Amino acid sequence: MSHAFLTATASELGRRIAARELTAVEVAQAFLDQIERTNADVNSFLHVDTEGALAQAAAIDARLDAGEELGPLAGVPVAVKDLFCQEGVPTTASSKILQGWRPPYSSTIVQRMLDAGLVLLGKTNLDEFAMGSSTETSAFGPTHNPWDLDRIPGGSGGGSAAALAAFQAPLSIGTDTGGSIRQPASVTGTVGVKPTYGSASRYGVIAMASSLDQPGPCARTVLDAALLHEVMCGHDPLDSTSIDAPVPPVVEAARSGDIRGMRIGVVTELGGEGYEPGVVARFTEALDLLRQAGAEIVEVSCPNFTYALGAYYLIMPSEVSSNLARYDAMRYGMRTGDDGAHGTEEVMAITREEGFGDEVKRRIILGTYALSSGYYDAYYGSAQKVRTLIIRDFEAAFEQVDVLVSPSTPFTAFDIGEKLSDPLAMYKSDLCTIPTNMAGNTAGSFPCGLSPDDGLPVGVQVMAPPLADDRVYRVGAALERLYAERDGGVLTDQLVESWVPVDVAEAIGFDEWDLL
Amino acid sequence: MNDLMDYDDVMAAYDPVLGMEVHVELNTASKMFCGCDNASGGAPNTTTCPVCLGLPGSLPVVNGKAVESAIRIGLALNCEVATWCRFARKNYFYPDMTKNFQTSQYDEPICFDGHLDLEVDGRTYRIEIERVHMEEDAGKLTHAGATGRIHGAEYSLVDYNRAGTPLMEIVTKPIRGLGEHAPAVGRAYMAHLRELMRALGVSDARMEAGNLRCDANVSLMPKGDDELGTRTETKNVNSLRSVEGALRFEIQRQGAILAAGGRVHQETRHWHEEGWTSPGRSKEQAEDYRYFPEPDLVPVAPSREWVEELRATLPEPPAARRARLQDAWGFTDLEMRDVLGNEGSLDLIDATVAAGATAASARKWWLGELARRANEAGVDLAEVGVTPAEVAAVQALVDAGTVNDKLARQVFDGVIAGEGSPDAVVAARGLAVVSDDGALGAAVDAAIAANPDVAQKIRDGKVQAAGALIGQVMKEMRGKADAARVREILLEKLT
Repeated sequence: MSHAFLTATASELGRRIAARELTAVEVAQAFLDQIERTNADVNSFLHVDTEGALAQAAAIDARLDAGEELGPLAGVPVAVKDLFCQEGVPTTASSKILQGWRPPYSSTIVQRMLDAGLVLLGKTNLDEFAMGSSTETSAFGPTHNPWDLDRIPGGSGGGSAAALAAFQAPLSIGTDTGGSIRQPASVTGTVGVKPTYGSASRYGVIAMASSLDQPGPCARTVLDAALLHEVMCGHDPLDSTSIDAPVPPVVEAARSGDIRGMRIGVVTELGGEGYEPGVVARFTEALDLLRQAGAEIVEVSCPNFTYALGAYYLIMPSEVSSNLARYDAMRYGMRTGDDGAHGTEEVMAITREEGFGDEVKRRIILGTYALSSGYYDAYYGSAQKVRTLIIRDFEAAFEQVDVLVSPSTPFTAFDIGEKLSDPLAMYKSDLCTIPTNMAGNTAGSFPCGLSPDDGLPVGVQVMAPPLADDRVYRVGAALERLYAERDGGVLTDQLVESWVPVDVAEAIGFDEWDLL
Repeated sequence: MNDLMDYDDVMAAYDPVLGMEVHVELNTASKMFCGCDNASGGAPNTTTCPVCLGLPGSLPVVNGKAVESAIRIGLALNCEVATWCRFARKNYFYPDMTKNFQTSQYDEPICFDGHLDLEVDGRTYRIEIERVHMEEDAGKLTHAGATGRIHGAEYSLVDYNRAGTPLMEIVTKPIRGLGEHAPAVGRAYMAHLRELMRALGVSDARMEAGNLRCDANVSLMPKGDDELGTRTETKNVNSLRSVEGALRFEIQRQGAILAAGGRVHQETRHWHEEGWTSPGRSKEQAEDYRYFPEPDLVPVAPSREWVEELRATLPEPPAARRARLQDAWGFTDLEMRDVLGNEGSLDLIDATVAAGATAASARKWWLGELARRANEAGVDLAEVGVTPAEVAAVQALVDAGTVNDKLARQVFDGVIAGEGSPDAVVAARGLAVVSDDGALGAAVDAAIAANPDVAQKIRDGKVQAAGALIGQVMKEMRGKADAARVREILLEKLT
């Protein structure tokens, strides 16, 4: 059994598998072993599909052995946020209400990954129905941050981010409604990108808020994220909101990282009070590096971003209240109270009472209220107007600059339990990420070192106009290269010692491997 | 429990105001938001998929053909077609709804502000159409238990085959000024929509099958007032007769309440085929459906070019077509009423005439022999097994003297039995009329010899007695003799 591949990049693994230096089966087995060894500590996986993953890997090996030419990620393992339906594989959205449900169909993205030859390791933990910024609202226990197991890994996609940081998978996928890819990436020192709304199909992805949800790639390096982005994105006739346009050249941008002459805007409103000094320090340092690499840094004001969080907490729960109505015990999932003494409506109510956690209920109640007759205009209607204003702010800003930047989140990973009873404090995790969801454009989070305050990862967010996803990768790749030149590698290299046993690391012979 | 006021007395004191909400099930190949087969029937829960079952993660995609049908319906009702409109979610919990919201349209219907003119008993009424909007149907619940209703059921079964069937809802503005004719106008409106949907080819429009469902709203307004009274909505009135009956009943019931100084409750009511309505769910605690724009669907924005293309596909308005055909065919009003009363016969006669038959002969076959057969077989006239072209061919055989009417019926037997074209059936069955004088003469001689008394009467000048001998010959020849020629030969021989 070899563990020589755990710390390698996905692109490197793909290249070696294609060259038949490695088999997809041995690579899959190595990650399955790592999951088995570490998941009790991290709780990033809710379900490990050992049998399925090995079968997929064996099929890829057979095709490669037969001389077939497959894509650059063929045979590379990926972890799947447990919000994506995968035929026959348990899919829970981290909710008791869906416990035991096995979808009879696969989401478009799962299918695209299978078609590209990726090997699906299993399903990762998340906040229940993706509602949270810490993975603590999962019905199946919190995920722990590999940098410090007492800390949260971010959310909702904490499982997908932690799986990367604990070397349980070289790639993972997430969904981003208000920051659920970017904030976990930020607090785990990994890369996460929310593509332009409509570029990655939502078909088969359990909905939280339809007009905001967007699947996207997570990885430890920018190029890996771009390669996965290319697999995930593209028009899907099964998703009415899917954009019928070519995927921007993200891989090319990730390979280039050339930002000379680029105009980068720092958003005035995404900073100041409430932002940890350590976060601000690292963000400022990132700006200096970008300037040294030839970019022009200017300050840009987006005044309506101030209202984004408030408007988001009207639109998102409104859609949630409707999207989650289908969990009613009638057709699938949990059913309680069906004891002959309760009628249909009562069984629905009892099941929903028991099956949903507090945060889910909180948002259903908020949304039901916001959509109610007599309140609709004041709440949902006004929030939609704010949304339009945010779009205009972005449009105006992108007339002046190529990309906008901010910290990805105002604070580093907090302690598990610290903010769970204070929803408003928790919601502020997404202050910087929400405007992009509201406007439907694209943004990514990239590591920019460790906070001097607590030694935990800090992320910088790069925002670009709709369908200019390549700009996000270009700036991300530039940052990655600048830090590698300074520090000798990517941020998660610092975790290798903790998560990959010494005997294994020695066996790898690291210098032969292209870690970037 | 329902006091009724004499209908004429109600009319003396009140003006009825109607509002018709009609749901039309489209006959598109696939459902409104997924690719499932839209055909009705089939074993429960077989024409379903993740989308119409509302499974987690599934997403709707609009059926373009359904949008096309909606626009054509709107255009046929003289509506404006929206340049941009959205679907909306109507949120409520019910086990026949897979998502617990119905994807419908709310304040942005695809078509709006139309009208149609109805002719009832020689008077024309203009019905203003408020809107035509698109939505999806729900599944079907079957409740096992004494009441047959969800409350008190021992258990309930649900079939989602119908879930996601495209529905068009056609809503009128309040229809005033109908007076005593209100129930008849309501009925005529439904009949008109039924005919229109079929002419457009967008729906089978069979009321008994639920393809066309009527929710009939009616209220009474004291004569001279201008303020609408409280209405009731009688649900799912599923035949023309029931529409008229339900409206009439509600007018009489509301009249009795108002005349006694009472207050009509705003509620939905159920129609019973025995001729009365009973209260359903009260609408006074109006349910809050929390409508909001459907975020899973992009807006529908039909281009003006497309709308004009669709306008060009509209069939001739049914009333104009009826008038044109009656004129061309020379039918009396009574004959035309027979045609219109026989479902499908207008189109069949039209096609038969187009295939070369006279209108009178086409009418005779379709409303006579073929209607009888369809009735016996319990099928629609169009499904009787004979095409208009075949009817025209049979009539041509009659006109040429090859067969008589009696033999023609046997030709239809053969066509229906799949023995081929009318000509082929005549040849195969040897049905052609015998007009060969040699064969006929021999048969006549035999009849004279067998009936000397009758023959003598004819010789004595009682020509009307010839019928008995002609009958004898026809019987002998198994109906295949040319009866006119038989008569001629007989009279030649005896006078």
